[in-house]
Amino acid sequence: MAEIARREPALEGRACQGQGISLSPAAPASRLSLRAPEASLAGLSQALSLDLPRRPKSSATKGPRAALWLGPDEWLVIDEEEADLAAICAAVPALHSAVDISHRNVGILVSGARAEEVLNSGCPQDLSSRAFPVGAASRTVFGKAEIVLWRTGEEAFRVECWRSFSDYVFSFLEAAARETS
Amino acid sequence: MLLIYCPYCEEERPELEFRHAGEAHIARPANIAEISDEEFERYFFIRSNPKGITFERWRHVHGCGRFFNAARDTVSDRFLATYKAGEPKPDLSGKGAKT
Repeated sequence: MAEIARREPALEGRACQGQGISLSPAAPASRLSLRAPEASLAGLSQALSLDLPRRPKSSATKGPRAALWLGPDEWLVIDEEEADLAAICAAVPALHSAVDISHRNVGILVSGARAEEVLNSGCPQDLSSRAFPVGAASRTVFGKAEIVLWRTGEEAFRVECWRSFSDYVFSFLEAAARETS
Repeated sequence: MLLIYCPYCEEERPELEFRHAGEAHIARPANIAEISDEEFERYFFIRSNPKGITFERWRHVHGCGRFFNAARDTVSDRFLATYKAGEPKPDLSGKGAKT
């Protein structure tokens, strides 16, 4: 009998609603770990139809697609319509490394008036909108886990963590949502 | 918590994002196969461990991922300067050991 693999989304059915805070798993998306030198950025930007950001802690968004600056030659590209990002980059002859990490990461949406405060329970960065404005994105830590944090709105953040850490990160956020007020 | 200025992120970030990576400015001998055991020991194991200003490698491991160098005072734990990997030691005159 043929065995058919069933893909189980991490955090299926998990959600948390509280006073001024809402936590929910993000919908599936395609993701790319992209590394490239300065000389390749024009070609890659054109293929991805967005300008890969050059400034630290910044991001660029175009429709369902976003590129988050992680380091001087490193980006996390997320496409919420699950476009085949690796195939798009494969058509670019310029030197680069593009690794599909769609299923390595899990996205968690954190929103509400208390979003900053709940995230700050595990993340040591200054998340005030002066230091971390809408569009800011950074790799950082949340408790014991490494995350990528992206501010998508005044009161909305997206947390990207590794799939195996997602239960830990979500549970930590839930506890923080319950405890702070 | 210490705040460390990352020269690649161009801002101060919490120490939890960083990892210490040993003494900086240690040049690997070009003729490594020819040097004596004593010379190799000095290059590989012996570190300066000063009281006062020390030059260290750090890595922004949970940030931009880059290695960079820092001048730190081992008495006060104060970071005097950080600079990109490959750059020369900064001029620290006037920034001597503070407690």
